[in-house]
Amino acid sequence: AGTLKARATSYTVKDPPTPRVDVTTYNNFYEFGLDKGDPVQNSGGFHPEPWTVRVDGLVRQPRTFSMDDLAALMPVEERIYRMRCVEAWSMVIPWDGFALAALLGVVEPLGDAKYVAFESVLRPDEMPGQRGGLASLDWPYVEGLRLDEAMNPLTFMAVGLYGDRLPNQNGAPLRLVVPWKYGFKGAKSIVRIRLVADMPRTTWHSMAPEEYGFYANVNPTVDHPRWSQGSERVIGSSGFFGAGRRTTEMFNGYGEQVASLYAGMDLRRWY
Amino acid sequence: MPSRRAPVVFPSRLELWLITLIGLVPAGLYFWYGAHNQLGADPVNVFERWLGLWGVRFLVVTLAIAPLRDLGVINLVRYRRTFGLLVFWYAVMHVATYGVLDQHLDLRAVFGEVTTKPFLMVGLAAFVLLCPLAATSNRWSIRTLGRLWGTLHRGVYVVAALAGVHFLMAFKTYTVTSVGYAAALFVLGAAGVVRRVRHNGRRRMSAANEPMRRPKTTG
Repeated sequence: AGTLKARATSYTVKDPPTPRVDVTTYNNFYEFGLDKGDPVQNSGGFHPEPWTVRVDGLVRQPRTFSMDDLAALMPVEERIYRMRCVEAWSMVIPWDGFALAALLGVVEPLGDAKYVAFESVLRPDEMPGQRGGLASLDWPYVEGLRLDEAMNPLTFMAVGLYGDRLPNQNGAPLRLVVPWKYGFKGAKSIVRIRLVADMPRTTWHSMAPEEYGFYANVNPTVDHPRWSQGSERVIGSSGFFGAGRRTTEMFNGYGEQVASLYAGMDLRRWY
Repeated sequence: MPSRRAPVVFPSRLELWLITLIGLVPAGLYFWYGAHNQLGADPVNVFERWLGLWGVRFLVVTLAIAPLRDLGVINLVRYRRTFGLLVFWYAVMHVATYGVLDQHLDLRAVFGEVTTKPFLMVGLAAFVLLCPLAATSNRWSIRTLGRLWGTLHRGVYVVAALAGVHFLMAFKTYTVTSVGYAAALFVLGAAGVVRRVRHNGRRRMSAANEPMRRPKTTG
């Protein structure tokens, strides 16, 4: 029903989508502040266009894409994914975008590329959270995936949600969505995608390695040091007495598509 | 230590009731909001944190009363029990929200978490320690327990330390809020401990120096 005219796909879940108002007002986006309500409050002055994203590193055809280039190359499709935050809450979000694998196919990764690093925009003028202070992270925000994870058909680059372009607070104009991993893996407002040989130094992992692993696969059997990951609060405007809690599923319910990526790995060690 | 203590301000019974009532307004207001779906996307979490924050605020007030007296600013020592009990009630509501609204009374999940997560162990320890303080915050207990009452209630400094650690751990990074309140709790708690140590030291010294002139107390 939105402005993006996204093609429907079979990538969907049975659970009802989280109301749009919750998806767009309850955000972790530290560039705009630490509280869940800060991103929507403080992102009004952010300019998601014009925008380019540089895709380079160990690729045959490094290239800078404008959003128009991407629109021309990548037909937009809708995927309704579960989103599980490391803080033990979850949403169901109808994203619009394209598979990351399609974009990587355009630049042709080289044989020695093993990882993909995603870099978010650095604009302290427009992002109050980047102006330093006590709780500041190392900016810009960096996330990463192993190349085979990045090439998995589930791994998605979102340009919209609920059929409209991404609101600033959700990572406009381009963000990563990896539905079987904790939400912080989904870098927002991406300006650079780099294919590299070594595991990139990702923001939360370098900040608190014992709390946030590089893999960050949703895993109910490996707790966060401060809380259990066995279940999750279901976000949805319902007040106290309609608020739900559900059991967290291994790989956030996407095990069938991704478990093989981790065959033989000790997921307690590589959390 | 400055000897110029401020004169005691005596509250009326009505005043203390009003403080309690007004002190419970933040909880009541947010409960109403939460029950009517006005607390946003994650109402239980917002309420849980709100109750914790207000518990910490009243703990800061409670701990600030003695230093304010000693610095000669104002002596609200007669108000302290009321504020201390507000800390307790907020702690009760905070724990109840965790158990009932958040964990849906899943006792196995609660037990699993509070026995393995230092964040929750520390918070729970603060709460458990608060309970005997609240239970003995009446005249009868003060009379009955005598010296022991004072010793027991020095436990509030341990509560301050535990609550400060728990509060810091509740945030993913160090924020102005988390560091500010935790620092207030640590400083005020430490000041309390120092005050007790010096006080006891002085009492021992004067007892040693002038054993004969010690006034005889008649129980």
